Amino acid sequence: MAGLATTFGSGAMTNSINEIEAAEVILVSGSNTTEAHPQVARRIYAAKDRGAKLIVIDPRRTAIARLADLHLALKPGSDIPLINGLMKVILDENLADDLFIELRTENFFALRDYLYRLDLAEVYRQTGVAPEELRRAALLYGRAGKAVICYCLGVTQHVCGTANVEVLANLAMLTGNVEKEDAGVDPLRGQNNVQGACDMGALPGMLPGYQPVTDPEARQRFAAAWGVEPPAWPGRTLLAMTHGREPDSGDGPVSKSDSPAAKPGGAGGADQPGQPDPASGIRALLIMGENPLLSDPDLNGVAENFRRLDFLAVSDIFLTETAAQADVVFPAACFAEKDGCFTNTERRVQLISRAVAPPGQAKSDLEIIAALSQQLGYPMDYQSAAEVMEEIALLTPIYGGIYHDRLAGGWGLQWPCWDRQHPGTPYLHKYYFTRGRGRFAVAEHQPPAESTDADYPLLLNTGRVYHHYHTGSMTRHSAILNRECRHPLLQINPADARARQIAGGEAVRLISRRGEVEFKAELSQQVPPGMVYGNFHFAEAPINQLTTTASDRRARCPEYKICAVRLEKAGGDEGRRP
Amino acid sequence: MNAVPRDRVRENVFTICPYCGCGCGLYLRCEGDQVVGVLPSRHHPVSRGNLCVKGWQLPEVIQHPARLTSPLRRKNGRLEPVSWDEALAYCAAELGRIGAEHGPEALGVLASAKCTCEENYLLQKFARAVLKTNNIDHCARL
Repeated sequence: MAGLATTFGSGAMTNSINEIEAAEVILVSGSNTTEAHPQVARRIYAAKDRGAKLIVIDPRRTAIARLADLHLALKPGSDIPLINGLMKVILDENLADDLFIELRTENFFALRDYLYRLDLAEVYRQTGVAPEELRRAALLYGRAGKAVICYCLGVTQHVCGTANVEVLANLAMLTGNVEKEDAGVDPLRGQNNVQGACDMGALPGMLPGYQPVTDPEARQRFAAAWGVEPPAWPGRTLLAMTHGREPDSGDGPVSKSDSPAAKPGGAGGADQPGQPDPASGIRALLIMGENPLLSDPDLNGVAENFRRLDFLAVSDIFLTETAAQADVVFPAACFAEKDGCFTNTERRVQLISRAVAPPGQAKSDLEIIAALSQQLGYPMDYQSAAEVMEEIALLTPIYGGIYHDRLAGGWGLQWPCWDRQHPGTPYLHKYYFTRGRGRFAVAEHQPPAESTDADYPLLLNTGRVYHHYHTGSMTRHSAILNRECRHPLLQINPADARARQIAGGEAVRLISRRGEVEFKAELSQQVPPGMVYGNFHFAEAPINQLTTTASDRRARCPEYKICAVRLEKAGGDEGRRP
Repeated sequence: MNAVPRDRVRENVFTICPYCGCGCGLYLRCEGDQVVGVLPSRHHPVSRGNLCVKGWQLPEVIQHPARLTSPLRRKNGRLEPVSWDEALAYCAAELGRIGAEHGPEALGVLASAKCTCEENYLLQKFARAVLKTNNIDHCARL
């Protein structure tokens, strides 16, 4: 999201899901849309039926890639040179929207000068995408009247994730494909309420509504409402908390340069990449509905850090891998047992309603947090979720007109919604960008943090399947979903499998510098030679034991999509670690 | 899908699917305190009468026997059921003690992209106003 925030001023999907249906050209990058966002895929299919052209950028030949008019199977981690190459062709062919660039953007000349110098032969070497293919894609996108870019975690989960997003935003601005209906840049958010959790300031540097904690005026507003001023310096990111230290960031020593407010009390020891310092790290964690012991990269590092904690409290609906390690576990109500709002990927705030009572003594997280707060001497006596939303509306300008009574009986409201009369905003940046002018950001190729070598000759890519969801704490409890997809499979290109004499269905062992995990082999042309692909839903094959914590310097998004691995037949037990 | 006579289905409660970011509108068909079925909303702008396989299977997950029903506290290395009063008092005391001994920077909070906006708002308020730390994040980066 940081990438769209720097270029457009607002890190969210610029369109509504239904607008995708009316686009003339759809460019999908790093998204296995069919399996991960079925409703978005449906709109893409509908658009294709109406004659829209589809370009898919993905190293894997996914279902959506097979449907594409043009599938650019780039080398993993080469998104930046690929998009830069597309933009160079668009400039050379005079397909840039000069009026839009002149009126609505800034810093264009820096990008233009960079693109003039860009060598397309070098782009081919870095991306593996043939110049003719690149040219076809550029002409397709550049000539479209209304083009939509959909991207997902295949773009962001890289050490250069923020820059990957910025170049996509550049491409849209270069051709004037923002600011209007049916054209824009759409990050597909993975979780039902990941947009809402960001909007609500569940972020170390942001108060609700993306008001920075470093802004004294914003802090004063919250102090007036809360009676307590929020701390002035940004907190630690998720990986810093689950690993006990800031993750490595591929580009070394500048990793802290974007958070100028230094940690107080000289706690710097824990922030040095690669130097865990338990003395000044996190000692107690309170976790609401997350399962970092299956979802986070380099799981062995997480488990080690959790053992060092003095105290761990978890609130969840099932005894997840993380809850099983806790000192205290709170039974939580699930979505069907409480009231509140989810904000979907198109910024639509929607009401959920309590249909049944929670099982046993389970309570909603709202009640649990309020009770904990009461115990610590800060009363939170809200009567209902609606009353909490009233406080949110007062303190969060983009939610200023969002109240439960307005949401009830309709299909929700899309933020920004400034006041009670505001109808909501189906697409962003009409007339002007949130930050004023859209800013072109020049980005160069940055190689992945981990490359293959003789010991680890393959690249591992991770993702989701259609039948399961995230760490599977919900879907793995469904007999039917388990019947459809029961075993953790590892997709291997037949050529790689032949070289290792591995047959389909055979047990294989995958080893990275951080751990090893067993899978069943699935021979598939979906992955190119040199790449294997697995899912992270399965506790019995925790693939994140293998993945790396190397992450983007600005967004702190770990490079889940690339790590170097070695593949072996599982065979007997010889050579297994104790 | 479940063989429940139509007249015993109490009501259809409109709500939003808890899985991916699409945010489909659906109706939970309830009987007493049981969710017995799911119907996609025909006119909802996202679902338009359609759900994916995960949404259709929601009742089984909601009513799963493995759901947590009681607060648990670790005693002698094992998690044992305790009362809400004990669990909350223990948690508050530990957070208070560690915060007092090592400063608020020793405390961390993970919010959830699966919980509601209101719950996330309240949790970050809890972190910032009660625990006095900005150490709050969630899995948006994952």
